[in-house]
Amino acid sequence: MVKLIILAIDSMLISNIVLMRFLGICPYIGVSKKQETAAGMGFAVIFVMVMATLISFFIQKGILDPLNLGYLQTIVFILVIAALVQMLEVTMKKIAPALFDALGIYLPLITTNCTILGVAILTIQKNFNFIEALIFSFSTGIGYLIAIYIFAGIRERLEWSDIPKPFQGAAIGIITAGLLSLAFFGFTGLVKL
Amino acid sequence: MNILKKIFDGIWTNNPVLIVLLGFCPTLAVSTSLKDAIGMGFSALFVLIGSNLVISALRKFTPEKMRIPVFIIVIATFVTIVDLLLYAYFFPLHKSLGVFIPLIVVNCIVFGRAEAFASKNGMMDSLWDGIGMGLGFTLTISVLASIREILGNGTLMGISLFGQSYSPVIIAILPPGAFLTLGLMLGGMNRINMAIDEKKKAKEKAEKEKAKQLKASVANG
Repeated sequence: MVKLIILAIDSMLISNIVLMRFLGICPYIGVSKKQETAAGMGFAVIFVMVMATLISFFIQKGILDPLNLGYLQTIVFILVIAALVQMLEVTMKKIAPALFDALGIYLPLITTNCTILGVAILTIQKNFNFIEALIFSFSTGIGYLIAIYIFAGIRERLEWSDIPKPFQGAAIGIITAGLLSLAFFGFTGLVKL
Repeated sequence: MNILKKIFDGIWTNNPVLIVLLGFCPTLAVSTSLKDAIGMGFSALFVLIGSNLVISALRKFTPEKMRIPVFIIVIATFVTIVDLLLYAYFFPLHKSLGVFIPLIVVNCIVFGRAEAFASKNGMMDSLWDGIGMGLGFTLTISVLASIREILGNGTLMGISLFGQSYSPVIIAILPPGAFLTLGLMLGGMNRINMAIDEKKKAKEKAEKEKAKQLKASVANG
């Protein structure tokens, strides 16, 4: 139990997916102009990340491993994730239209979000069991939400500040992310995995 | 001429990382040492060339609606080839690049070139486009890695540059340093391009004025 809590804190804060592991930077810079959209993207990532990790976990353990097809991992996972996102979009529209209104527009963007594939592959590489995979993917998603929500808050303020012309846009965004990453560095040593 | 222009386009005018702002994840993550950066750059270059060639060859047989799954399968095939090759022949590199090799599949540079260029142009053009873009990516990531390795470790390609007395700027090698250095590089690139633009404008203005003076002198004379 203690190990699981440590795993959760580690993947949420200490090894934050964006600021420490450098995954999912493109949507992090692209969809963080407003706090509302950032929160929407964050929740969509959590949702898809848990689903995708669990499904790819079962595919790896149930199909690829017994048949010795480990080398097909990359191809199979990316196709499964692309199909999953499409299916989620259709089912969500039918079953939970309110949720679809909130998260729907972010779903297509998520296929190209490397966090999803990255976490699915990391889960296999780290040899997690089912419970660990569940905790790992969920708390990594929370970490993404925290990072992108804080970042969007800072960017909203940046709109009103006087930035030198060459640094406007992405450049100041990346530097801001660097400072945030520095802040998250403070969590190092909070727990030891 | 055309080929040189294509390559220059990839390296400078349309640099995939610094101008088009794609592929940040691998750029930031594997730029802790120049060796890793070059390995990553060439892996991406290989995938780009391969996927551009095949997608361009298949462009007339690919139905419009099926094109994205087709792209994904082609790209993933080449990524798997790179993954296995590195695993077999460059094991230490494979280990330090880690999860970022399979993640070339979702690298927006590869996908972007497939969608924007290779699916609309012939094989030769696509080949050179792939080489140009791949070199642009490799160069950018190598420059970033050199800065970080020299500042943060005092070495380049593992060779010590300043001797024992150098105390490294450790932040450069840590994750925050990646963001800060890339941000400064982006700003620097913008500044240089602005200076080039200004020079061009000044030149045009000077030429216009010269023409005006000439006209006036002709009218007076």
